[in-house]
Amino acid sequence: MNINRRKFLKVGGVLALGLSIAPVSGVLAGVKGKYMPNSKALTGKNWAMVIDMKKLDQDIDACITACHKEHNVPDIGNKKEEVKWAWTDKYGHLFHDNKHEYMNEEMEHKDFLALCNHCENPACVRVCPTQATFKSKDGIVMMDYHRCIGCRYCMAGCPYGARSFNFKDPRPFIEETNPAYPTRTKGVVEKCNFCVERLAKGLIPACAEASKNGGILFGDLEDPNSEVRKILDTQFTVQRRPSLGTKPKVFYIL
Amino acid sequence: MLEKALIKESKRMFWYWIIFLVVLAGVGFNSYLHQLNQGLTVTGLSRDISWGLYIGQFTFFVGVAASAVMLVLPYYLHNVKEFGRITVVGEFLAVSAVIMCMLFIIVDMGMPMRVLNMFLYPTLNSPMFWDATVLTGYLLLNIFIGWNVLEAENKGVNPPKWVKTLILISIPWAVSIHTVTAFLYAGLPSRHYWLTALIAPKFLASAFATGPALLILICFMLKKFTGFDAGKKAIQKLALIITYAMCISIFMVAVEFFTAFFSQVPGHMVTLQYLFMGAHGHGQFVAIMWVFVVLAVLALVLLIPRKTRENDRTLIIACIAVFVSMFIEKGLTFVIGGLSENPFGEITPYIPGIHEILISIGIWALGIMIASLFYKMVVSVKRESDFANASFNKQEMRDC
Ligand code: SF4
Ligand code: SF4
Repeated sequence: MNINRRKFLKVGGVLALGLSIAPVSGVLAGVKGKYMPNSKALTGKNWAMVIDMKKLDQDIDACITACHKEHNVPDIGNKKEEVKWAWTDKYGHLFHDNKHEYMNEEMEHKDFLALCNHCENPACVRVCPTQATFKSKDGIVMMDYHRCIGCRYCMAGCPYGARSFNFKDPRPFIEETNPAYPTRTKGVVEKCNFCVERLAKGLIPACAEASKNGGILFGDLEDPNSEVRKILDTQFTVQRRPSLGTKPKVFYIL
Repeated sequence: MLEKALIKESKRMFWYWIIFLVVLAGVGFNSYLHQLNQGLTVTGLSRDISWGLYIGQFTFFVGVAASAVMLVLPYYLHNVKEFGRITVVGEFLAVSAVIMCMLFIIVDMGMPMRVLNMFLYPTLNSPMFWDATVLTGYLLLNIFIGWNVLEAENKGVNPPKWVKTLILISIPWAVSIHTVTAFLYAGLPSRHYWLTALIAPKFLASAFATGPALLILICFMLKKFTGFDAGKKAIQKLALIITYAMCISIFMVAVEFFTAFFSQVPGHMVTLQYLFMGAHGHGQFVAIMWVFVVLAVLALVLLIPRKTRENDRTLIIACIAVFVSMFIEKGLTFVIGGLSENPFGEITPYIPGIHEILISIGIWALGIMIASLFYKMVVSVKRESDFANASFNKQEMRDC
């Protein structure tokens, strides 16, 4: 009886040891297989965006379509479960703590472009229990769809409604699948990724490319000579809900 | 000892009861298979109300689990002897409640097969990681404690010393599980209803009312169906605890109204308006919120005067009122209310899906089943030790 028990413990111990080593070997393998970044890749320390609503007006739908096509964002077709990376909503909604009773009607109902703000101090990253949502070195708030457990804590945490959950399998709702970008499965959260996959190839984000009049500018906040910084230096810009301390990096010219 | 739950003295009624619960759990499981297959689209959850019935009930049962401390603390720290007979009842209630909590978390997940990612990639900044950790710890603590205390009683000896150490650890641990659960909510920017330091104390107060209320109801049921008597004194001590805890928790609900409506800050007012009066043309919770108010008042009216508190019948009504009112406030409307104003200043209604309700019922059935089996075991152990004590006393008397 005793020997059996001891044997059992031994085998159990070896098994436990094996299990605990497995992840370490994974990490080591990761170090070995380093990849070379594309030499044309756009590099920045803190990516940000300026949306000039005066210039964007005409192209706004084209921007959204470009983004959703590029990233296989499904068109679910109902408000309850919709998945969206970029969308339009009226000023009165996006800046709802900044409207007033006597506001110019046209302004209140004007459609604005909305997307994840890639906050410098993101609440979504703070709450995520698995680091499936994380901030990259260049200031982009990214998602690992393979790690996300679908707890939706990040959706409760994000004060901008920027996150969507796949309540069902999204694939039947993608009109034309772009093979260059992964589709998602049901049960995970997703959102705008500032087109990191395009930056790595030296391309600006799809929405910025689709805004023909320069309505969307993309650049590095750390670089004082970047286009984004020049606009911020010279023009009046606003952020959505700055009082919450998330430090959004999508700026608007009204 | 396990055989005590499984074979001995198995009255027919008891097994019918268990079969009934198994059927309910089976129905819930079937619905869960649907949910696994089709996704959370079968629930009433939406992009805005991203947490609902599951997480609400999870929160509520964390409170039930934490409340075991209301027996353990007076007994082990203040030597309140009356509780000696029932601390183990509280510990097994905690075990069943924590298991229910864990199930509610799992069924809420979009990717339940990845649940271990929470421990494979421990994220110290996330309250959810801490919540999962302390809950697991609390479950293990209570299983160890409950089992060893009962085992010792079964053998007619005192529990080993290290069990007492575990019991002392379990006291602050119980407080921690509900505090960390409150922190899930209390630190999110722009969720005004949740963004208050009062959440943790409010949770604890309501837990210390709800859990003991449930314990009293369980004790009365045990007395009726098994003849196990917790003792009038123990019940009355619990009733006093409930009275204080209920007063404090209703007080804390009420002071929120002052802050919201005196400051007149819209974000602070909107959820209370929506829940109790309706806002932006939506008022789906108004009726149930007033049921909460009526039951809470009824509970206080029956608990505060000594006469009704000491009368078994009115005490039972009061305990039911405490349990149901707190379930409405914490289990149903706290979570949903906090999310109902979306980031764009609109109200989103929420109606749970049928599978969502069946899954919840299934989890309740499973929890009640686990508790029933535990209590069957407890009762037969107690009956034997009572019998031994009684004959021992007789012996003693004869010797004199
Ligand atoms: S907008 Fe929301 S999702 Fe995007 S980084 Fe900020 S908090 Fe996170
Ligand atoms: S849903 Fe996914 S990304 Fe969001 S908090 Fe949970 S694990 Fe993180």
